[in-house]
Amino acid sequence: MSRANSLSRANRRNGLLFCLPWLIGLTVFLIYPLCAAFYYSLCDYSVLLPPVFIGFDNYLDLAKDPLFWKSLGNTAYFAAGSVSLGLLVSLSLALLLNSKVKALGVYRTIFFLPSLMPVVASSILWMWMYNGQSGLINTGLRALGISGPAWLADPIWAKPAIVIMAVWGAGNAMVVYLAGLQDVPASLYEAALIDGAGFFQRLIHVTIPMISPVIYFNVVLSLISGFQAFTQAFIMTGSTGAPERSTLFYVLNLYNVGFQDLRMGYASAMAWVLFVIILLLTWAATKLSQRFVTYDR
Amino acid sequence: MDAVVADFNALELAHAKSDPGYVPIEVEKVTISKLEQKLLIAIAGGNPPDLAGNYSFAVAAYADHGALSDLRPLMAQSNFDRSRYIEHFLRLGEYRGGTWALPIAPASTALVFNKRLFNEAGLDPARPPTTIEELDAYAEKLTKWEVTLPSGDKRVESGYLPQVPAAQKRLLQAGFLPNEPHWWMFGWGDFFGGQLLDGSDRVSTASAANIRAFEWVASYSRKLGVDVIKRFRSGFGSSSSPQNAFLSGKVAMEMQGVWIYNSVEKYAPGLAWAAAPFPHPADHPELAGTTRADADVLMIPKGSAHPGEAWQFIQFASTQAALEKLCLAQQKFTPLNDVSDGFWSAHPNPSIRLFRELALGKNAVSIPRTEVWNEYNRELGNAADLIQNLKQTPAIALADVQTKMQAALDRDRKILARRQAQ
Repeated sequence: MSRANSLSRANRRNGLLFCLPWLIGLTVFLIYPLCAAFYYSLCDYSVLLPPVFIGFDNYLDLAKDPLFWKSLGNTAYFAAGSVSLGLLVSLSLALLLNSKVKALGVYRTIFFLPSLMPVVASSILWMWMYNGQSGLINTGLRALGISGPAWLADPIWAKPAIVIMAVWGAGNAMVVYLAGLQDVPASLYEAALIDGAGFFQRLIHVTIPMISPVIYFNVVLSLISGFQAFTQAFIMTGSTGAPERSTLFYVLNLYNVGFQDLRMGYASAMAWVLFVIILLLTWAATKLSQRFVTYDR
Repeated sequence: MDAVVADFNALELAHAKSDPGYVPIEVEKVTISKLEQKLLIAIAGGNPPDLAGNYSFAVAAYADHGALSDLRPLMAQSNFDRSRYIEHFLRLGEYRGGTWALPIAPASTALVFNKRLFNEAGLDPARPPTTIEELDAYAEKLTKWEVTLPSGDKRVESGYLPQVPAAQKRLLQAGFLPNEPHWWMFGWGDFFGGQLLDGSDRVSTASAANIRAFEWVASYSRKLGVDVIKRFRSGFGSSSSPQNAFLSGKVAMEMQGVWIYNSVEKYAPGLAWAAAPFPHPADHPELAGTTRADADVLMIPKGSAHPGEAWQFIQFASTQAALEKLCLAQQKFTPLNDVSDGFWSAHPNPSIRLFRELALGKNAVSIPRTEVWNEYNRELGNAADLIQNLKQTPAIALADVQTKMQAALDRDRKILARRQAQ
């Protein structure tokens, strides 16, 4: 009895020791900043001077700030666009690359490659692609007899342009889908085939339900990263979110307020609102997943 | 700056050699990107550099947030002689009664123009435009299109060609574009007698002069076409590249800084260009010679471990010899009233005297010294966007900026008062 007790004590101690580096990291780099940011969000804080407590003023000001709503709207547009389009493209690619064709590895590598590129580099590359005068996209469109817009300089097209660029990095999600697809038992497809199911019936009734946990995982991850979009806009259209603030994303606005205007208290309030939004969306996705996601257990 | 630092360190070592009791100061220069933000974080973290270089427009915000040491006590101790300086540049470091920075490398702006394109358009490069109205007339003559005729043939024509439908003409060359380069979109009002701040507490964005300036900006969108300008501009490379609009001959006249000489030498050697004072409205002759004049400055961050040594270096770097060495290397002029003959004869920029004279003039303007400048600049940038895209009239867009920025300024003043009350 006592030996079993000391063994479990030793296990607990060892377990804690092994977890410790992570626990320290979590506390120092996540929990503390999170709590500190919440405190600062209740203060008037410029980073350079000690914080002055002002209660919920920052949050009240946020509700009245048109730029807050504008940037939230832009970000929601980007997240919705990049998540849905990303899902469609990466799942389609994974389905294509899950078939048995020659040189499959080469294709998989080619489609995965763009996602390895740093966002800064791909943003600069896409700036050239989107060039209204001599960009690859407009040159292609011209060959089809279409006069393309000045993409990044046009308030109507700048946001869709950044969404399209996000889809280019769908390789990561594609690989995860591919792994999910390969886990679908062949017997289910065989049974469906015997029952006379066509490609789309198999896709809807076998493939998608079987990989639904993977879809859920990818959607939640891309939703989170969608709401944190920053680099693309910062590089491609500048920190003002030009043209006409059509690419002023939430985090870009937060950066401007915190680091350019030295209003770190207000920026902290913005960060907390974003945190709550992402939390709520993830919760909603989890609720939905209980209805639509099937775990093979 | 490297050469000035090396000179200082050598002098200190020599001093230590001749006087064994003297501990020499060694300055180490560190170059960083995103200077404003990183400096801010270093100061906030309590680990600032002993001495920092920055832009003059950052002084107000840094000073208001207590990030800088007031240089006045150090200046008083060392009998600082302010009459050595061009007054305008010295004032860039002054704010709310303190002196927070000293200018080292100033710059000013002027109209620069492409002489070859002038000749091609039948204009005399010896007679650049002096009024805004003349500038507009010159710009029209310097604008060139490729026109597709009904027969399918193509022909080059100049002017704005309002009678030719957009689908049948492609812009080849613009005489002038108010947003090329786009750095000073906030400041066209200054050239029409407007101000962004009236005193230090009142925002005056929607003044008649500012509205007039932005009406002028919008007139180019109307004459050339919003989409035409966008597509034309998207073909330009970055300002530091041979594809720069002015260097590649796509835009014939621009407002540019004194640094244009360096860009020409580096990216377009052989380009025949000249500079002239930027034109003024014909009905405001008193605005002749208006120029944007800001400067790189040296400052001592709050919490500097060696403020005394930092001040010694600033004093060294502010001697005429050191400033001339620095500004010659950067091909600028110095912020001092005295200029040595050697400086003039060694300076390669043929227009350097003009740039300096403009900065000495009564119409030298700078970015307003206010702690909300970054926010103001973004708001003006957005208003300029809306005005150029003909989405809003200048009166409406500027009134909107004025309301927002007055609220921002009042908010900051409230915060400041609250801090002082604590």
